[in-house]
Amino acid sequence: MADYKFHLLVCGGTGCHASNSDVLAENLKAELAEHKLSEEVQVVSTGCFGFCEKGPIVKVVPDNTFYTQVAPDDARDIVEEHVIKGRKVERLLYVDPNKKEQIGDSKHMDFYKKQLRIALRNCGFINPENIDEAIARDSYAAMAKVLSEMTPKDVIQVIKESGLRGRGGGGFPTGLKWEIAANNEADQKYVVCNADEGDPGAFMDRSILEGDPHTVLEAMAICGYSMGADKGVIYIRAEYPLAIHRLKVALKQAREYGLLGTNIMDTGFNHDIELRYGAGAFVCGEETALIRSMEGKRGEPTSKPPFPAQEGFNKKPTNVNNVETFANIPPIILKGSDWFSSIGSEKSKGTKVFALAGKINNVGLIEVPMGTTLREVIYEIGGGIKDGKKFKAVQTGGPSGGCLTEKHLDTPIDFDNLLAVGSMMGSGGMIVMDEDDCMVSVAKFFLEFTVEESCGKCAPCRIGNKRLHELLVKITEGKATKKDIRNMRNLCHVIKDTSLCGLGQTSPNPVLSTLENFYDEYMEHVENHNCPAGQCKALMRYYVLPDKCIGCGACARACPVGAISGERKKEHVIDQHLCIKCGACLEKCKFDSIIVK
Amino acid sequence: MEGNITIKLQQKSIDKIKEICAAFDNDSGELINVLHKTQEHFGYLPAEVQELVASELNCSVAKVYGVVTFYSFFTMIPKGEFPISVCTGTACYVRGADKVVEEIVKELGIKVGETTADGKFSLSCLRCVGACGLAPVVMVGDRTYGRVAPEKVKEILAEYK
Repeated sequence: MADYKFHLLVCGGTGCHASNSDVLAENLKAELAEHKLSEEVQVVSTGCFGFCEKGPIVKVVPDNTFYTQVAPDDARDIVEEHVIKGRKVERLLYVDPNKKEQIGDSKHMDFYKKQLRIALRNCGFINPENIDEAIARDSYAAMAKVLSEMTPKDVIQVIKESGLRGRGGGGFPTGLKWEIAANNEADQKYVVCNADEGDPGAFMDRSILEGDPHTVLEAMAICGYSMGADKGVIYIRAEYPLAIHRLKVALKQAREYGLLGTNIMDTGFNHDIELRYGAGAFVCGEETALIRSMEGKRGEPTSKPPFPAQEGFNKKPTNVNNVETFANIPPIILKGSDWFSSIGSEKSKGTKVFALAGKINNVGLIEVPMGTTLREVIYEIGGGIKDGKKFKAVQTGGPSGGCLTEKHLDTPIDFDNLLAVGSMMGSGGMIVMDEDDCMVSVAKFFLEFTVEESCGKCAPCRIGNKRLHELLVKITEGKATKKDIRNMRNLCHVIKDTSLCGLGQTSPNPVLSTLENFYDEYMEHVENHNCPAGQCKALMRYYVLPDKCIGCGACARACPVGAISGERKKEHVIDQHLCIKCGACLEKCKFDSIIVK
Repeated sequence: MEGNITIKLQQKSIDKIKEICAAFDNDSGELINVLHKTQEHFGYLPAEVQELVASELNCSVAKVYGVVTFYSFFTMIPKGEFPISVCTGTACYVRGADKVVEEIVKELGIKVGETTADGKFSLSCLRCVGACGLAPVVMVGDRTYGRVAPEKVKEILAEYK
């Protein structure tokens, strides 16, 4: 990369891509060509920078100038002002929402200051469709080291000592998993990469595959070497077309370079990787269900044992790891287990990528050392709550996780701490909610998801979650009793204790954690038929403000059920028994005299 | 069975399905890949297509139907010319995706999972396209619209009318 005077890094992740970053990159190239600068300045379409809130992003290297919300038409200014005249385009610079000041380069942004990027190290730096750039940043160096200097046992030992735990949610020690697979003798074994990121609100796996596909291919080969598998399979969601495209490009380039296939680096080691596509089923993130799906079947989990390490894909020993787990492997091999285990908390080593979303200023993808507190993530990196509203809850772990509140903000985030407070790490989705969100509705939202995604194999999950959802609907409609709340809690525990797989065992978590942390809000729905956040439609009440109403009658004419009455030029009233809460009166009133409570 | 298929499907379609199955060695372990390719070609997977796939891969129609109905990506109803998908992942939900769905339902007069009578639009909800920074997100065909407020729905639909 040394020959160029400037590199213009344009984010090509899904978020920025959707905001026309591809057109922007083309425009930049055209501008450069017009000024005959194509030889001196390179435009690179990279993977995700993580700062999705302000996309599309353009970063200028070497000065690290960070331009946000760049439109395709801004290409001219960037080239003419910044590249040619050396003046930063001030109107595109990031403005810190709290300090209200412009920030010239990414190193001084709060969003990046607290982050430590291991899994995401290459995202936003390299062109993911160019293997040379990946190699320039040490891709395949770990594989070379493993193949030339280490025995399979050494590799497993390093991973075990590093303390790396599975990033897909379970947190099972990765080294141990590899060892079990290695110890099972068989004529054929498989390495599987779980890229079926079904957790709504989490997009780290997609971003890694889009931004740095080679790191996953390399890590899978290292895993294959350690356990004796010459075949790898990446199981990826069909909903990720860009990631699939980049993986296909990466596979082709790696094969051409002899870094995949037979006799890799002349060491006699063989490893090749194929892609299999998911078809939209959340339960396929569970490893036994994923394997069934890879075999062309319905993705229904099976009971363990036998574990995949004993009997997995095609009944052969199979090791399944998540994308982010694999992305941590090459740096551990290159920098050593001591380096990795020096980062993080006592029982959770290294970093974790979180997808920060919801009512927060800086939506995006972040990577922080384990043990960072929720407060640091939400207020320092995330920039606080949107529109100056009040923080209410943060939901971690997706549909399997729970809602945490103010009192948990200083909890250091790691696998065990999150479990202890009734949530879980999950794949790393982190959805922030403010005072306008009704926690009963949030629990209902997650249960809707679980009911839809339950595979139907075991009764507790299939029937229990359906009943749980019905109870939540009853509460949001103001028809539930205290007894329903008790039954609901019992049902949650039965589902947790008796379901077959992780989906059912964790699906009541959103209900239990909101019951625990927002009991008053549930009781307000049950006892007073009131939704404090004003979100539950059935509990809303429309009222006419007597002092504002001039008696024009527009509301009464608009009401489809004749619930509004009153004499002309006198105040009107709404009959609550007849009102269907359609909101037609509110729309028609020109004097703001109708309110919703 | 065989007779029914030849009556309903055109020879050209039968050949195409056979070609797809053969490309995967008629291996029933490749069923999901076969269905992906078939749906890519036909736009949806009606019963007669499933019957032919089953006979080609030498497995039961029940197995094929079981897989088609298990995975949300596969559909037995033809999609509209402009398929609309609203992301209802958590981030979009929190930022008001349900109200956007309501608005589209109102505008088009169809429910989620249906196609308009003129075959122009179909509406579905999907779980997280991973563009959470742009929440709520609506996709029309391959085009992604970010930060969609209910008020913007009319404007977006007008582009395709």
